[in-house]
Amino acid sequence: MGTLTNETLLEMQRRMLRIRAFDERASKMVKRGHIPGTVHTSIGQEAQVVGATMALRDGDYMSGNHRSHGHPIGKGSPLGPLMAELVGKATGVCKGKGGSLHLADFAVGSLGESGIVGSSIPIAMGAALSASVRGTDQVALAFFGDGAANQGVLYESMNLSGVWKLPVIFLCENNQYALSTPAHTVTSGVIADRAAGFGMPGVRVEEGQDVLAVHDAVSEAVARARAGEGPTLIEVVTYRYNEHSEGLRLGTDYRPADEREAWLKKDPIQLFREHLQGIGIAPAELDALEAEVLAEVDDAVAFTDASPYPEPSVAFDDLYTDTEYAA
Amino acid sequence: MTVMSFLGAIGAAQREAMDADERVIIFGEDVEANVYGTTGGGKTRSDKGDFVQMYGRNRIRNTPISEESMVGAAAGAAMTGLRPIVDLSYSSFLYMAMDQFVNQVAKNRYMFGGQASMPVVFRSAMFYGLNTGAHHSDRPYPMFMNVPGLKIIVPSTPTDAKGLLRTAIDSDDPVLTFEACILWGAKEDVPDEEFWIPLGEARTAREGTDVTVVAISSSVPEALAAAEALAASEGVSVEVIDPRTLVPLDRDAILRSVHKTGRLVVAEPAHRTCGAAAEISAHIAEEAFGVLKAPIVRVTAPDMQIPFSPSLEKQMYPTRHTIEAAIRRVLDLPASSEASQHAAATA
Repeated sequence: MGTLTNETLLEMQRRMLRIRAFDERASKMVKRGHIPGTVHTSIGQEAQVVGATMALRDGDYMSGNHRSHGHPIGKGSPLGPLMAELVGKATGVCKGKGGSLHLADFAVGSLGESGIVGSSIPIAMGAALSASVRGTDQVALAFFGDGAANQGVLYESMNLSGVWKLPVIFLCENNQYALSTPAHTVTSGVIADRAAGFGMPGVRVEEGQDVLAVHDAVSEAVARARAGEGPTLIEVVTYRYNEHSEGLRLGTDYRPADEREAWLKKDPIQLFREHLQGIGIAPAELDALEAEVLAEVDDAVAFTDASPYPEPSVAFDDLYTDTEYAA
Repeated sequence: MTVMSFLGAIGAAQREAMDADERVIIFGEDVEANVYGTTGGGKTRSDKGDFVQMYGRNRIRNTPISEESMVGAAAGAAMTGLRPIVDLSYSSFLYMAMDQFVNQVAKNRYMFGGQASMPVVFRSAMFYGLNTGAHHSDRPYPMFMNVPGLKIIVPSTPTDAKGLLRTAIDSDDPVLTFEACILWGAKEDVPDEEFWIPLGEARTAREGTDVTVVAISSSVPEALAAAEALAASEGVSVEVIDPRTLVPLDRDAILRSVHKTGRLVVAEPAHRTCGAAAEISAHIAEEAFGVLKAPIVRVTAPDMQIPFSPSLEKQMYPTRHTIEAAIRRVLDLPASSEASQHAAATA
């Protein structure tokens, strides 16, 4: 942990801006029919994503969920292959075979998103097992939501990683809704408190829109993991601004009318911009950063537009390492 | 050569793989105590050959009874540099981890465009025929054949068990091995040295010219017994083919044999609907209809749950008698009184 340099702080803001700009563009592209299928954005949750990913190092692992564009971006993935994947182009990070729901960028330790809620949690634990058996000091972080917090596999994984003292962080992104279902109506007790039953620290970050608060909590858990002291459960309270998925039109307004407005007032990017200005970063520098990021997203879209769609034969490779598809 | 049991051969393959590659680890329920006889050489921890003593608890790990997280952890470990062997003991326990098998283990390499491979082996035993009731008697390999991305092996001899498992462990793809417990005690000479049997290569267990019997797992010795009986009583020449691996399946070997004999019986202990026998039959019907001299006959377990009572259970799986009755049918031979009596129950 220690004191973060201005360079690191600006990088945090850059990555939050990237996630925001990437997902806002993706949202538009879905609505215009440029992105097929479905897309879940992290808009509003940027502090929680970047606070966590920037507490990791190169070589560390993470697994994600259906709302996971932000995770590889937060870990440093270039935007072009991610956007190309969303559109289904040959240059996509998964060759166009994963799409928004299955982004993975192994180059930055992103072991993949899972469209099945909770399903990727033991994958991160397995990466932590691998690091532990191989004797490296790598750690792994499992991102999951408040919905996945009620999947049994989370508790199997917390138990097993506790027994084996694995270097893994279970990070619950509590955006307070599982699609339309308010978390408090389906969750008994406090998610972070469940850690106590497994003999591991449980931390609830109430100020989940504050990137530094998240970064502090995750950094502490990462330090414990690297020191061989085992897993930690962290629950970060946050909020998604958009619908569960882009284009979704629910018949009932399941969120109170003024709730979103209240959360917009503590927007993570705006809050952190004010913090950066408070420590002497010039507004012009921050404006320039925002412009740079928008240009990056423009470049990612241009890269995507210029990329071909995959050849039909691509649908029939990558299943096995050595066996041809048998019709 | 050493006379090895089926379980001893599995243990030998695991030991050789552990010795050859430090990325290989074994975890599962009760592996430290060598409960199933494949992770140790003796009866006590201090005996020579005990896996915990040889490899330590970093590489031999007991787990809680948590199949879903065990399978997911193996997938995550396999994508990041290890080559785990997961001992799931009973094959019906695999259902507890179905999401991990279907959504993670089988799909990740494909979904992520080949960015990572999945070198992992899941071992499980099929406890059918041993009066363990409906929850422990499953033969679920056809269910997993329906999941692209998994490889599936079903050895029927100690030699195949050793050679196929070693290939599975060294494979960069996920392999599920289904081991029939009623074969555990089978013994034969097995090469002492390391050897690998390729996945996707059938074994001709008996050469013949009149009819092809493709037999799977414990149906292989039953088919061989039926073949011997018919050779003696009717002078019929039966070819028995053991595919050994169901994914990939050696379709060419089966096709070649049917071209030679013109007749096909398929025997397996799994349920009838959508089983391996159904897939093999469909393949031959599509590719070799013109050479068939008689309709294909399947000998399988019925689409019924497995009852506990020995008097009820014994009629559920293919036997030498039901296989003999099927062979007689495709050859248009009169039913033998003994075979038809046994066959009547499962017809």
